[in-house]
Amino acid sequence: MSETNGNLISLKNLKVYYDLGGGGFLSKLTGGSGERRVVKAVDGVTFDIKEGETLGLVGESGCGKSTLGKALLRLTKITGGKAVYRGQDIASLTTTEMREQRKHLQMIFQDPYASLNPRMTVGNIVGEPIRTFGLANGGSVENKVRDLMETVGLSARFIKRYPHEFSGGQRQRIGIARALAVDPEFIVADEPISALDVSIQAQIMNLMNDLQKEKNLTYLFISHDLRAVRHVSDRVAVMYLGEIVELAEGTDIYENPLHPYSKALISAVPVPDPEVEAERERVILTGDVPSPINPPSGCRFHTRCAYAINECKTTEPKLVEIKPRHYSSCIRISPEQPNIDEIS
Amino acid sequence: MSNKNGTILSVNDLRTYFQTDDGVVKAVDGISFELKKGETLGIVGESGSGKSVTNLSVMRLIPEPPGKIVNGDIIFDGIDVLKLPIEEVRHLRGKRIAMIFQDPMTSLNPFLKISTQLMEVTQLHLGHSKAEAYKHAIEMLRTVGIPAPEKRIDNYPHEFSGGMRQRVMIAMALSCEPELLIADEPTTALDVTIQAQILELIKNLKSDLGTSVILITHDLGVVAGMTEKIIVMYAGKVFEAAPTAELFSSPANPYTKGLLKSVPDPAHEEGTDLYQIPGLPPDVVRLPDGCPFAERCERAEDICSRDFPPFIQINENHHSLCHFAKEVHAESMEEREKV
Repeated sequence: MSETNGNLISLKNLKVYYDLGGGGFLSKLTGGSGERRVVKAVDGVTFDIKEGETLGLVGESGCGKSTLGKALLRLTKITGGKAVYRGQDIASLTTTEMREQRKHLQMIFQDPYASLNPRMTVGNIVGEPIRTFGLANGGSVENKVRDLMETVGLSARFIKRYPHEFSGGQRQRIGIARALAVDPEFIVADEPISALDVSIQAQIMNLMNDLQKEKNLTYLFISHDLRAVRHVSDRVAVMYLGEIVELAEGTDIYENPLHPYSKALISAVPVPDPEVEAERERVILTGDVPSPINPPSGCRFHTRCAYAINECKTTEPKLVEIKPRHYSSCIRISPEQPNIDEIS
Repeated sequence: MSNKNGTILSVNDLRTYFQTDDGVVKAVDGISFELKKGETLGIVGESGSGKSVTNLSVMRLIPEPPGKIVNGDIIFDGIDVLKLPIEEVRHLRGKRIAMIFQDPMTSLNPFLKISTQLMEVTQLHLGHSKAEAYKHAIEMLRTVGIPAPEKRIDNYPHEFSGGMRQRVMIAMALSCEPELLIADEPTTALDVTIQAQILELIKNLKSDLGTSVILITHDLGVVAGMTEKIIVMYAGKVFEAAPTAELFSSPANPYTKGLLKSVPDPAHEEGTDLYQIPGLPPDVVRLPDGCPFAERCERAEDICSRDFPPFIQINENHHSLCHFAKEVHAESMEEREKV
């Protein structure tokens, strides 16, 4: 119904706030600040996810990347803005309508130990969504589960086993099989490999890659591991304190990051090569990520930014196209002068 | 007497076994390594490879039962740690050998102020008075880069962020200027930007205080920039031991090669498949007779699943546990030249 331009998901000024309360009569009485405390976990995010692509979302803990992922599936309440999936605004759907949409929108979680019910067999874990959505019944459920298990590289003879009988990598495969059970179009993968061993991480990344090609899936791949994100993503968005500060194609963002935060983030990743490590200069950020309850004024990164000037404290930067298809939000750079290191 | 070649720690044929319901787990099975003064050793391995148990053994922190150090020597600065009465081991711990763990939240007592926890160390080991210990604690927090330490010192652990808690842990570990610092996955729970800060901190402390460091990690990127030599562990064994530069440039073990190749390289084209080591790490209760990696190894031959591989010397400091270590090493050299 609306013009989609090959976009499967479009976020427009999406906001997710958590109200921590306070600010009332009682809090003043008990010595509180008298201000209402609101966590602006996602604060005005706008981007599109194209059909069949993997969009990587990186950022430090507390930047709001997981909240953003959950908001897309309405696993958390959307405070403002729009999240449009195939012309429908997810934020305005009723609960029943949203349930129907979950067939198309699925999630893979970080911790394969915590996200699977320990009292259910693999067959039931993977079969549950099939039954819930009435996609099959009776014996055909089990057949479908067996197929799914083989698809994700698990032997179907494990169908009666419980999660504790599997290793971390195998459990993550179960999580993927469950997400695939309803034949979704879009999957939010929230740190799907962080809890796994190095040799297993590669297996899961390759599996996700193969499944994408086979089933034309679209992924939002959320991770703090920049190497992994770079490997699996077509485009990468960098998030800081609830906002997107840079968005570009994977190669561009890694070889030529424009935003000071992206520069620091990428430079912080250790390279598995002693020669490179010995020579390169690292941008080391000072301090921690500030609290999202009262984020810094102006540019939220100015408190840790080596390039910050006075104006950064007051002016809120906007995400602008600095180079073709390369967006960055920093008032110090522009299409005319994209390189902050060349600005005196 | 022990300082003749500047060795601070030598571990010989260490074997630490655990008695479980399923049988004996040989968590560490014949590990040997040597650490010189001021040197940093990296221990790399996946979960269950025995890297943490190795270091818990050095600290004599193996819960007994079910665990037991069944064989080996651990010589720290001429002292045979395994023969020491436990009271004397306690005196080594925290004072001369200190350890930092992966998760700073679980290693700090949530009910005690940071000051109490930091002061305890120096009061116990250095005989500080309360006032001295308090002053020293503030100094330590300053050293590890906690802003306004005199204001933060009486805070509780939950009032610090993850990175700050890890700094507090490091401050505590370094309170008595230990000669050996064992860091077990010190940055795994932290964000990359904070990881960079902590690694830089450890590097600086090492050069300022001359501390020897054992850095345990699964991240090959972390050890690349931090260490002089590395041992790679798999299924309780040392699979490869080499100087850092050499391990990365010419690995002589298929497992090491696989690990190196399975790390995504940012320079790679997107959409290409990542190299993956097939299969799963072995069940440590039921290890095969042959090479424990044979099942997952792409160049395994019949001999590999039949006979346990020898620890082959490639050159003076480079060893590899593989029937075909020399061939693998030669292949690595060749591949290197092609690039």
